[in-house]
This record gives sequence, C-alpha cells and structure tokens, in this order.
Amino acid sequence: MNNNDKKRMALIASKGTLDWAYPPFILASTAAAMDMEVGVFFTFYGLTLLNKEIDAKVAPHTNPAMPMKMPFGPKGFQNIEWPIPNVIMGNVPGFETMATSLMKKTFKNKGVATIEELRAICIESDVKMFGCQMTMDVFGFEQEQFFEGTDIAGAASFLEFAANADITLFV
Amino acid sequence: MSDINFDQKLDCRGLSCPLPVLKTKKAMDEMTVGTVLKMVSTDPGSKNDVTAWAKRTGNEILVAENDGTDFVYFIKKG
Repeated sequence: MNNNDKKRMALIASKGTLDWAYPPFILASTAAAMDMEVGVFFTFYGLTLLNKEIDAKVAPHTNPAMPMKMPFGPKGFQNIEWPIPNVIMGNVPGFETMATSLMKKTFKNKGVATIEELRAICIESDVKMFGCQMTMDVFGFEQEQFFEGTDIAGAASFLEFAANADITLFV
Repeated sequence: MSDINFDQKLDCRGLSCPLPVLKTKKAMDEMTVGTVLKMVSTDPGSKNDVTAWAKRTGNEILVAENDGTDFVYFIKKG
C-alpha cells in the first residue's frame, strides 16, 4: 500500500471524563491498526487526557441516561438498574468517585482496555497527539505536564491536517 | 471446527472491542507474508470487526467460524 492510498483520520477530543475518554482513544488506536494516519487534537477538558497520569472520572449526575448497575454479585443483582435520583448523585460527597470505581470495575470485568492501555497503544502506533495552545493558556496547562511526544497546535494546524482527512470527528 | 494449518495462535477470549483487533494487528506485524494466524475471540462484535480490519489492511480471512461461544479466525498475512 503506498502513501497516497493511506487513509487519514482527524479527531477532536474535547471531554475529559472517563466515559468520553474512550471514543477518541478506541477510534485512534483502531484506525492506526487499520493502517490509517491518525491525529487527535485535545482541546478544553480533553487536555487532561494528555496528562502523564490520567485521572478521569465519570460524572453520573450530568448523564441522566447512564445505567447504574453493580459490577459484582449474582447476575440478577448485576442486572438491576438502580433508580438513583439525580439530586443524590449530584450532592452526595464521594458519589462520583464511587461511580468511577464501579465503571472501571465493570469495564475490567467485560475485558475492556483501560484508557491508559489504549493511549499507550496510540503512542506506540504513531498516533499524533496535539494539545490546543489556547485552552492550555486559558486553563493553565503546561506542556511539561503532558506525556512525552505531545505536540502543541492551534485551530489552523488542526484544519490543515483535517483538510486532507478522510474521516473527521468531534468527540 | 476446521482443521487448518496455522503458524501462530492468539487467544483473545474475554477481551472486548477494540482489543481483539489491536492484538491481532500486533501479532500479525511480527509474522511474514503468507503465514497464518489462528485467533480466538469471545466477542460477537469481532465477526464484523476482524473482517473489516482484514479488508482494510490487505490480510485474508481463510476461515471464520463460531462454535457458540468462541469465534475462530484463520487469517493469512497479505
């Protein structure tokens, strides 16, 4: 396959929660495995996914359709969808931390890769990852806090890369 | 189940999307053209995904079969 045939994918990753960290890293690693050239532009809260240590959490109170299920116990118990009111999810201290560990446990039980694993595969397979300069300045991010190999870019750089892309998605 | 000669075996049982595809790709990178990988997965989505991956990357699925729990693929490196 020569370079002219090589497909290109350009992604924008704008969210930094555990659930929304998955789509860009799943698509980027899989596209690279399908011999595509991949660039991911991390902007706004997506920038946190470039941190050396990823500390992504899930926020159930902002995702009212999220099924609240337990990752342990008998199958019947695991299938119960717990009707937890939003006012509790948003106000009980530690609820987010608990929901995050439950989600991580569920993913592990189902053989889903961790975000860290998927990102490592992306790095290994030459996925280009860029941090958005403007949001870095606004939120006080430094390039030093990102993993090695991260580039810094702006809107024009993304558009130049995306102009020749076959697939472009905003996550 | 088919009795096909293969050169490498990869066990992806218990793994969910996209790991079977990513591990298959990694395993096949180490192989030479014309050799065959036997990959076993329990992910029902692998049926479409491994096929799509092989088509895109120029590898050939010789046989894809399912015994009820395991999805077994014999993939020839292109």
